[in-house]
Amino acid sequence: MDDYVSESDSDYTSYWRDWFISSRGNEYFCEIDEEYLTDRFNLTGLNTEVQYYQYALDLVTDVFDLDCEDEMRESIEKSARHLYGLVHARYIVTTRGLAKMLEKYKKSDFGKCPRVQCHSHPLLPMGLSDVPASKPVKLWCARCEDVYNPKSSRHAAIDGAYFGTSFHNILFQVYPALIPAKSVERYVPRVYGFKVHAAAALVRWQHSKRDDMRRRLRKMEVESGFKDAEDDVEEDDDEEEDEPEEDEDAVVGLDAYEERQVAGYIEAGGGQQPGTVA
Amino acid sequence: MSTSSGIPESWISSFCSLLGHEYFAEVSEEFIEDDFNLTGLQTQVAMYKEALEMILDVEPEDDDDDEEEEEEEDEDVSGDARDGVTGRGERRHHSRIASDLSVIESSAEMLYGLIHQRYICSRAGIQQMSEKYDLGHFGMCPRTNCNQTRTLPVGLSDIPGEDTVKLFCPSCLDVYVPPNSRFQTVDGAFFGRTFGALFLLTFPEYDLSRSAGENATNLARLPPGDDGSMLNGMHARNIAPGLGPGKIYEPRIYGFRVSEVARSGPRMKWLRDKPADMSVLDEARHLAEGHGDSDDDDESMSLQGRPIARRRAPGNARLRQQQRPARNGSPMAVESTMNGA
Ligand SMILES: [Zn+2]
Ligand SMILES: [Zn+2]
Repeated sequence: MDDYVSESDSDYTSYWRDWFISSRGNEYFCEIDEEYLTDRFNLTGLNTEVQYYQYALDLVTDVFDLDCEDEMRESIEKSARHLYGLVHARYIVTTRGLAKMLEKYKKSDFGKCPRVQCHSHPLLPMGLSDVPASKPVKLWCARCEDVYNPKSSRHAAIDGAYFGTSFHNILFQVYPALIPAKSVERYVPRVYGFKVHAAAALVRWQHSKRDDMRRRLRKMEVESGFKDAEDDVEEDDDEEEDEPEEDEDAVVGLDAYEERQVAGYIEAGGGQQPGTVA
Repeated sequence: MSTSSGIPESWISSFCSLLGHEYFAEVSEEFIEDDFNLTGLQTQVAMYKEALEMILDVEPEDDDDDEEEEEEEDEDVSGDARDGVTGRGERRHHSRIASDLSVIESSAEMLYGLIHQRYICSRAGIQQMSEKYDLGHFGMCPRTNCNQTRTLPVGLSDIPGEDTVKLFCPSCLDVYVPPNSRFQTVDGAFFGRTFGALFLLTFPEYDLSRSAGENATNLARLPPGDDGSMLNGMHARNIAPGLGPGKIYEPRIYGFRVSEVARSGPRMKWLRDKPADMSVLDEARHLAEGHGDSDDDDESMSLQGRPIARRRAPGNARLRQQQRPARNGSPMAVESTMNGA
């Protein structure tokens, strides 16, 4: 993060934003238009939020020409990055900003959802708070609608307020066509082919919640967004259907110890058993 | 390979120390030497005997004695061939050609993986894996609301070559792709589908409800005789502690909740939900109240009046048929009553 100082007399000085967004660790940021940055209205209130506000702004907009000590310069640098982040949170919810972030989203610049059933769906950066320096940036998956920690510690240290709590939700409001199809695919823990009772009971409860929701939405004539046909509500809630392959030799290796271990905690119905209709 | 001077590293420990093999336990020789544990693997691996010898660091048997050669063909499977081999280790010749070696090497890896899948579900193996779990060898759940709960390596299939290793989070009961790409070449079948859940059932005393964030480590054990209620065979507090009210992301725009009825509204909350009162999952109570989906069924059918009604009925009938014989096998089964009540 601090390596800019050493390059201060290279070509990059005239293109601070270029340098900033291409720095390692800053992959989540898009480039804010000059036009947006120079419109004071867009920066309302930030002067009290950022130290050396004017110098920082000069630096970001490539008009900085103060001759100063390295230490001072470094402070201004730091302020410039903070200022850029704060403006960024505002910029990415504008039409231009949304479009830029969308391009990055399409290229999976923010990474992919680690959840197996999301099949590498691209993520979006988000904040859990709009207050600077309160929560680091997180990643949002529009497919499972959940929040994940960035893999790299470099990203995990970025302030979440530079992306804000609304951006990722606004994006899909503005581009509803991009809302990914929702899926009922899910993982069900098993032991030797059999569902674990405690988990299976929870899964059944969750599926009834899901079906309730789908019925509510249908009543309101709102598209539920599940890729599965709307009328599958009842049918699809049994995972057997999602996992057609059942291992025939599930019991190989099951010795007496494990048999004892497992008894009572697993459910029939998961493993393929003789006489079960496949 | 392991015949250099000094103390050679065993094949097993060098395999386990390869980059990307951090999740593997070192299978004990004792386990491998018990033929029962290898049942059925002979047919799954090319050059089985040689692969097994390689794993056990047994010098390859040589074939200049024609009698021995015959022996080699069929009998090794039984295990006594190994003893013969060990005794004659010194007399080995380097007759094996390189291409053979690479086939054997990859067979040995496959065989080791398949044995490993079984080993980590054995008493000794799961114990060893719990030590690795304690040491944080398997990483943490990437889901923010799981508060860095430690994960377990699992396969989504028990058949090699189908999928790579994944990480199972006991806190959200979901599976994730390991963060580092070096694990994306490790076969998931080498861990298998059973290990993750078996681990939870075997070590119910891990207190999963305390997150790494709150506790520096989530490995605190529940006190013995902990009053924590048991539910469906597990400590209630250990059933998906990362799910439920307060652990579900609530989308907002400028502080306002995005409504469910919005086109972009939340649709996946059920996946991270859990009853506030876990006792509703209690099977006995469930049964007594005769709670089920079947009545809602009628409601939504009459509501829509679309051809769906026709499609759903046979679907349910099919499910009923499918489930009854199977579920009746378990005293804990409840599904059949849900349909019947
Ligand atoms: Zn996802
Ligand atoms: Zn988790």
